Amino acid sequence: MSTTTTTAPPGAPDRPLAIDARGLIKRYGDVEALRGLDLQVPAGTVFGLLGPNGAGKSTTVKILTTLAAPTGGSATVAGADILRESGAVRRRIGVVSQASGTDKALTGRENLVLQGRIHGMGKAEARERADELLTRLRLDDARDRVVSGYSGGMQRRVDIATALMHRPQVLFLDEPTTGLDPEIRADLWQVVRELADDGMTVLLTTHYLEEADQLAAELAIVDRGRVVAKGTPAALKAELRGDAIVVELAAPAPEGLDVEALLRDAAGGLGEITVDGPTIRARVDRGAGATPQVLQALEARQLAVASITLSRPSLDDVYLRCTGRAFSAADQAGAAAPAGRGGRDATRSAPSPVAASEESR
Amino acid sequence: MSTTLAQSRHFAYRALLSLWRQPWWIAVTLIQPIVWLVLFGALFKSVTQIPGFAGDDFTQFIAPGVIVMTAFFSAGWAGMGLLNDMQAGVVDRFLVTPASRSAQLIGRTAQGAVTVIVQSLIIVGLALLLGASFPGGVIGILVLLLVAVLLAVAVAALSYALALASGKEETVIAVMNFFMLPLTFLSTSFQQKQLMPDWMQTVTDLNPLNWGIEAARSATLDVPVDLSAGGGADWGEIGLRAGGLVVLALACLWVTNRAFRAYQRQV
Repeated sequence: MSTTTTTAPPGAPDRPLAIDARGLIKRYGDVEALRGLDLQVPAGTVFGLLGPNGAGKSTTVKILTTLAAPTGGSATVAGADILRESGAVRRRIGVVSQASGTDKALTGRENLVLQGRIHGMGKAEARERADELLTRLRLDDARDRVVSGYSGGMQRRVDIATALMHRPQVLFLDEPTTGLDPEIRADLWQVVRELADDGMTVLLTTHYLEEADQLAAELAIVDRGRVVAKGTPAALKAELRGDAIVVELAAPAPEGLDVEALLRDAAGGLGEITVDGPTIRARVDRGAGATPQVLQALEARQLAVASITLSRPSLDDVYLRCTGRAFSAADQAGAAAPAGRGGRDATRSAPSPVAASEESR
Repeated sequence: MSTTLAQSRHFAYRALLSLWRQPWWIAVTLIQPIVWLVLFGALFKSVTQIPGFAGDDFTQFIAPGVIVMTAFFSAGWAGMGLLNDMQAGVVDRFLVTPASRSAQLIGRTAQGAVTVIVQSLIIVGLALLLGASFPGGVIGILVLLLVAVLLAVAVAALSYALALASGKEETVIAVMNFFMLPLTFLSTSFQQKQLMPDWMQTVTDLNPLNWGIEAARSATLDVPVDLSAGGGADWGEIGLRAGGLVVLALACLWVTNRAFRAYQRQV
């Protein structure tokens, strides 16, 4: 398991950290949910925490939001220590958990006002702020209706509005779009982008590669309780150098034929060649240039090609490279084996993550 | 401390508002004690004919018992509401606000207390309509409300602790079902103590539900705790029972607070 680190994006080397976690460890009985997780989130960015089900994302959020105490390690959030200054942390953060947390028997406005009051706002102030947020999150028409009658997307927006009531410095969004329809996800992405435009620091966890790619200015890939790669999505993909070529043969190559050597000779710069039955994968700096040569070499040996695809590196490839397994497989394995109580998140029904292969651009 | 109390008020308000939005819950909560009072009033009416039974108005005899019992029952299910909030993430959401765990607990318990007071007053009114009278007057009714609330706090706290520790509806239901009816019949709700077998009298003396019933009955009906003796309300005995309930309620709240802490450790 190699750790890939990329340099911080140019122009902001000394940004203050909104979250600084060092060596977080969390054990639930025998299950080790976090195994020395490090995380540095600069202020004013949307930071993605990407990983399959059961990787430790939700546990990380629980610890950083002071809901759970770490077994080891330390962290500061918005300048306050999560263990010694938990009260200060709680005043400075907003949290949208996976399980919503909104009281569905109350109206949207009542939920918001209650949250403001708990945070010590006066009645008039809380009402004013609630109305402002309800308008901003396009819930005006529903404000006085009971939340149980809201659509899934509206419920999520109330969750977010509630978390924003006391003007937090850091907002935690734990898998905000899991289980939602694609249109609703797009709608919530818009909400997150608007928050980012306002300069809010957002820590977003997700097991949708596409979501991390779309929203996160920077991200960390988490696998089995550890950060295995971090950087901007573009930098992470750029590190993979080049495009992926996937060739499907009509039938597996005959025994004794060294396809790998054949292709290496055919096109210069072809690397990371793997042959799996009829499927051949390889990476190349300039995919468009290498494709005709690959096809020619295969046809010269009477190997019929069923299809050939060329794709830009995706986060799925990054994940595969860092962990040695495909993201979708890890995600399903994680969902099937939730880790203790801390893995409660994994038991929530989740649709299969967006197929990473569709992500090619 | 003052912040904790202010925050408890918000939690209590929220819990009451939540309940208010459940018309079925309200209907059942109000109708059930009426059923107890009317049904058992009619069913066991002939108990007054048993030689040795003190007094002759059975409705009047059971009314304080039914009120305390109702408080006991509805508090027993308090954990179910908490479980609902645990599963919906509401408890965890509150835990990451500046509000303390105690504020959450006090708020919930206060909501239970308000419910018990409203229910109790409704039953008092109904008993009056059915011809019962409460010679203990307003003071008697206040004592009745006090012991009902104390018992409800103790039982609700245990119900919360069960919910927090088990995280399962089934556990709360099973344990509460196991205790509720036996404790009811091992009390003087429907039967006077001097008519019980000796061993049962001993058990009844140790039953907190019965402490509440005896104190409430003595205060509201202006009779001694020992109904076979003559005279008016026995304030020493009432104070002893109310004091016992205070100690019990505090102990139960302490247990719940521990359970809440343990819950958070395994989140």
